[in-house]
Amino acid sequence: MAETTNSGFVPFTEAMKKTHTILIPGMLPLHFSLLQAALKSCGYKAEILQNTSREVVETGLKYVNNDICYPALLVIGQLLNALESGKYDLQRVALIISQTGGGCRASNYIYLLRKALEKAGLSHIPVISLNVSGLEKQPGFHLDASMLRKFLAAVIYGDALMYLTNKIRPYEVVQGASDALAKKWLDKLDAAFQNGKAQALSSIKKLTKAIAEEFADVPIVSTPKTKVGIVGEIYIKYAALGNNNLEKFLQQQKCEYMLPGLLNFVMYCVDTYLTDYKLYGGSFLTYGANKGAMWYLKHLESILHQALSKAPFSPPATYEETKALAKGVIGYGNNMGEGWLLTAEMLELVHSGYTNIICAQPFGCLPNHIAGRGMINKIKEIAEEANILAIDYDASASRVNQENRIKLMLATAK
Amino acid sequence: MRIGLDVGSTTIKIAALDDAGNLLYCKYQRHYSQIAKRILELHDELLQKFPGLRTAHLAISGSAGIGVAEGCGLQFVQEVFAEKVCTERLHPETDAVIELGGEDAKILFLGRHFDARMNDSCAGGTGAFIDQMASLLNVETADMNDLARQATTTYTIASRCGVFAKSDIQPLLNQGAAKSDLAASIFHAVASQTVTGLAKGRPIEGDVLYLGGPLTFISCLRESFDNILHIKGVCPENSLYYVAMGAAFCAEREVDLDALPAKLEAAIKTHTFEHLPPLFKNEEEYAEFARRHQRESVAIGSPEDAEQAFIGIDSGSTTIKIAVISPQGELLDSFYQSNKGNPVVAVRDYLTGFYQKYPGCRLLGGAVTGYGEDLIRHGFGIDYGIVETMAHFYAAQHLEPQVDFILDIGGQDMKCLKIHNGAIDNIFLNEACSSGCGSFLQTFAEILGYTAEEFAKIGLLADKPVDLGSRCTVFMNSSVKQAQKDGASVANISAGLSISIVKNALYKVIRPGSKEAIGKHIVVQGGTFLNDCVLRAFEQEMGLQVVRPNIAGLMGAYGAALYAQRRYVEEPRPTTILNLQQLRDFTHTVKGVTCGLCSNHCHLTVNTFASGKRFISGNRCERPITHMAPKDDLNLYRQKLELLKQLPNNDRQTRGTMGVPMGLNMYELLPFWQALLNALGFKVVTSPIEDKTIYRLGQNTIPSDTVCYPAKLMHGHIKWLLDKGVQNIFYPCMTYNIDEHSAENCYNCPVVAYYPEALHANMRELGKVNFFFDYLGLLHKKVLVKKLYEMFSKDYPDMTKAQIKNAVDAAFKAYYAFEAQVRERGEKIIAQARALGTPIVVLAGRPYHIDPKVNHSIDRLITTMGAALVSEDAVSVYVKPQELDADLQVLNQWTYHSRLYAAAKYVAENPDMHMIQLVSFGCGCDAITADECRRILEECGRIYTQIKIDDIDNLGAAKIRIRSLFSAANLFDLDNN
Repeated sequence: MAETTNSGFVPFTEAMKKTHTILIPGMLPLHFSLLQAALKSCGYKAEILQNTSREVVETGLKYVNNDICYPALLVIGQLLNALESGKYDLQRVALIISQTGGGCRASNYIYLLRKALEKAGLSHIPVISLNVSGLEKQPGFHLDASMLRKFLAAVIYGDALMYLTNKIRPYEVVQGASDALAKKWLDKLDAAFQNGKAQALSSIKKLTKAIAEEFADVPIVSTPKTKVGIVGEIYIKYAALGNNNLEKFLQQQKCEYMLPGLLNFVMYCVDTYLTDYKLYGGSFLTYGANKGAMWYLKHLESILHQALSKAPFSPPATYEETKALAKGVIGYGNNMGEGWLLTAEMLELVHSGYTNIICAQPFGCLPNHIAGRGMINKIKEIAEEANILAIDYDASASRVNQENRIKLMLATAK
Repeated sequence: MRIGLDVGSTTIKIAALDDAGNLLYCKYQRHYSQIAKRILELHDELLQKFPGLRTAHLAISGSAGIGVAEGCGLQFVQEVFAEKVCTERLHPETDAVIELGGEDAKILFLGRHFDARMNDSCAGGTGAFIDQMASLLNVETADMNDLARQATTTYTIASRCGVFAKSDIQPLLNQGAAKSDLAASIFHAVASQTVTGLAKGRPIEGDVLYLGGPLTFISCLRESFDNILHIKGVCPENSLYYVAMGAAFCAEREVDLDALPAKLEAAIKTHTFEHLPPLFKNEEEYAEFARRHQRESVAIGSPEDAEQAFIGIDSGSTTIKIAVISPQGELLDSFYQSNKGNPVVAVRDYLTGFYQKYPGCRLLGGAVTGYGEDLIRHGFGIDYGIVETMAHFYAAQHLEPQVDFILDIGGQDMKCLKIHNGAIDNIFLNEACSSGCGSFLQTFAEILGYTAEEFAKIGLLADKPVDLGSRCTVFMNSSVKQAQKDGASVANISAGLSISIVKNALYKVIRPGSKEAIGKHIVVQGGTFLNDCVLRAFEQEMGLQVVRPNIAGLMGAYGAALYAQRRYVEEPRPTTILNLQQLRDFTHTVKGVTCGLCSNHCHLTVNTFASGKRFISGNRCERPITHMAPKDDLNLYRQKLELLKQLPNNDRQTRGTMGVPMGLNMYELLPFWQALLNALGFKVVTSPIEDKTIYRLGQNTIPSDTVCYPAKLMHGHIKWLLDKGVQNIFYPCMTYNIDEHSAENCYNCPVVAYYPEALHANMRELGKVNFFFDYLGLLHKKVLVKKLYEMFSKDYPDMTKAQIKNAVDAAFKAYYAFEAQVRERGEKIIAQARALGTPIVVLAGRPYHIDPKVNHSIDRLITTMGAALVSEDAVSVYVKPQELDADLQVLNQWTYHSRLYAAAKYVAENPDMHMIQLVSFGCGCDAITADECRRILEECGRIYTQIKIDDIDNLGAAKIRIRSLFSAANLFDLDNN
């Protein structure tokens, strides 16, 4: 049987790198497909899970406390459902789950996953914690500088593709053109990762520029569409499984929608250390390291924005611009979950014309009581035109109700 | 002609207008989920009325109308939008619209700042909710209005969802509260819920329009809104048809009316819904199943042949059940009826009838169980009382001596008992949030126009049971709505509801990892299991065969009777049950009064019986009965409160006063901040701890319905301070807590950490005073001094860093002194209890759970039952962090929560201690801590008990839990207290 490390968990050993397939729960189709490519180029076998049937929810309900937040239930449900599907050799499979390390209950997902595995009699399966805060370490999985750079490159490419498809899709002359182009680029970028030619700053510069130029060539017609912004808890706002296919629904409703990029969230996470140091004190070393990381991220951001400016529309606001909007509205110390970033993104969306905003969150999401729902009145005071709808998602919230409320929002938007 | 159809959750409305917008024809009726059929009927009626009509502008609206519209290619108009259009056309001066529908509640703010609010998925229906409450009171909805007119007092009823309200009303009913008062209370609750839940801080003023069924038909409900809003709203003509008329106004396309029926029929066929495998493949399979379940039965005797008998009464939430048994355990006679809101009458009638019919059969003794236990026992002189869980256990054990698992789903409760070595090993009760299951099924049957029995029968052979999920039953309303939209038949809905009730029980209450964990000898009982669909769904879901007794609905009463018989055998004594003569003279009057003996202001119900005997219920302590102040010498919760109140305060106030809201982390940090503020020259004004009106004060500024109650209370505390004219309020944001070095991190939960931000953003009045809510941390003194200086120096330029540094030092000193004081009190209580041999309950929660508004005086309930009580921090200190860490299976990162794990570990190792965890509804963190505490305790063979608390001011369920824990742990002879 599998040995355990001194912390009591089954380790992911060096040898497993060759033998085991790492299963990754799905969230952002474009980004995660690139992350998978990045992992592959580091010598890991990884697979993004595609199972999204109702069984995933049922499996989640069976294995985790039903009062836990919905993303945990879905992520764990999806992993367990995959393991139970018979598709995988259970001796040659490992799981990966992110661990943010903040004061939100999300940092506990990995423990809940392990408890679920034990309940299912699968406790021999190693679980890798994907974190940058040093919470858990695995002998066979090192999130070293090289891997981190690849991951960040994947985030940049993912953000570029997501931004461009969302901007162009509603207006494309040939339906499906922008999605097809994104697909083409995913394959190209996969190849670039395997050749080691994706992560260097120069490559990122070159490739994002090429991406933006090709998207700019997609023929479009300008028809007026209702513009909708989507913000919220990170999993629910991005994952179709979590938000009952919200993007698809908005496409059907003939809307143009915008999702803030993943880079914003990454920068926010790093920024948290800087803020906390200033507010509460702490290790100067950590502060310095994060200061460096922030510098690198800002550099990446400027590359991305430079490329996006090649497209026929302006690039999104920068992280600092977005952050500035929250000043005086909510404190930067509010940094559990999405924290102040959520408020700032809502304001940024209103500024860039996406006045109709869906704030998607799990039922009973703790940080969003304050930074999401709690800020709506205040945002409306500042930006009268804001039309914000908060929607809760959970295992049995009815889709018809959710869609009805969105329709109301759209009806009043006209 | 312009036609608008409004297909709501329960009714369908049609409005036909002429081109000038005058209403020519309108009609509304319940659709009983057969939407297409009703539309066809309305279509035919319309054409009969207007024979020449061939085409019309037509649009569909309403929450259940999307499917029909999409299926038939008709125009759909979102219902709130339709309402807006109609209102603006007919009453352009309107400022706000309040509409209650079958299951939706809406508030529209019109004019320049248009905004529309609809109830959240958690807030349950309103029209349906009133219907449900009416059936609970056993009156017609229409009669509720007349009843409410006669009300003399109102009770506090939680209206956040039907289930909560029900658990408030039921005990009141059982205690004999007047229906008129309850009817008025229900309306008040609906109004206050709608206003606070939907307005979310935005004032409702000016010309207000009342629309929708409930507000049209119930004048008292309108008055309730008027009272709460201090306005005089108007219910206009045709108030039922605003959505339909709005749809008609919006109709853009001309529709061929003759082609409509064919389109509708085609649309019904194309729709699908998520469904599950059928319960039974065919009739034969059902017959085999029915045969198998006939085998498990209790012997039946006849009271005519019996000379001696024992009686068991189960005065449940919605029903009253009585079992009379022979000394050998044969069932001689039984009674099972809805208690029609008054169990006393039902018992009197039954007993009188029994004596008259069977004069030869002598009752040797009796026992009562259930919600109405105390009332019935006192009223009729029944010999014993027994907690429900034990009664069910005795009954199940009698039938299946090897029983290792009992699941009882009754009208409102779900009980689940694990039996080990012939004793109750573990008890799960549903939290108020998933209760109401059985009666929910019944209510739903009634809404769809069936009796519970018919409804069950229809579902048996359903081919595609609807998949309705497994969360709170209130959510099912909207899931059913969706299924209806997709054309699910009543049969499939019935089967689907049964399956989801089972899933609720399994995955919400019991949560087994595997079926092996449940047991081998399973007895299922309770009225709900008489429904074969539910029974089958349970067996299917678990893949097991279970025993359902032929008297499944009577098991509580039967167990109580067995218990009376057992007690009689142990110690024969003449029964005190009223005899026929006494019953003839029996009278019973009920009066509601408010106890004024302490700040709790309990609503007491005083029952007076013929003998002059009085029975008081609704009390939290013995004070209204004994007229003596409760003893708190073994109650650390109260002692902590006293210590907080006795904290020294400044009278010098060189810098004026500083208000501090008394909630959340202030229950722990007040000694720190008060000392700090005092040292800086402020006199601290705290909002009151024991004022129950606090919540209502700030209720209408709460931005998120689902946040925990302790957080919601903060709005009231701030409002209180503002109303007192306090000019400075201090309530800092704190990501981190004090580091007790017991955990990997020392976070506060996100709500405790940042709630001041939510207050600042939603309470405009806070902008008029100095609200000090900067982000502060206690981890690094130097940084704290710096931050305090930055915060105060703007308003107090004379304040120096040195002063602040001294103040911080004083604050830490005061904090540690307070902590030591609490610890010392805790040690004293534990030592005293141990010397007396008194069991000790560790009532574990957060610091703010000592607030009597939050815990509803559960602490005194426990001490009144004879136990000593300490808080989690009194024992957590005895567990070393390193011992704990090796053992934990969670990320231990929150300071308060870390104490829970340590307390659980300490209790697990000390047999004279018992842990009860208080969990606030909506506390996401406790989804993690509860499971972990349970694991820690159960691995040591100990019982874990959890009590969920909210604004519900009723301790019925909590009492059962506590008594069950005490019984299971064999603490006291509580059966006879």
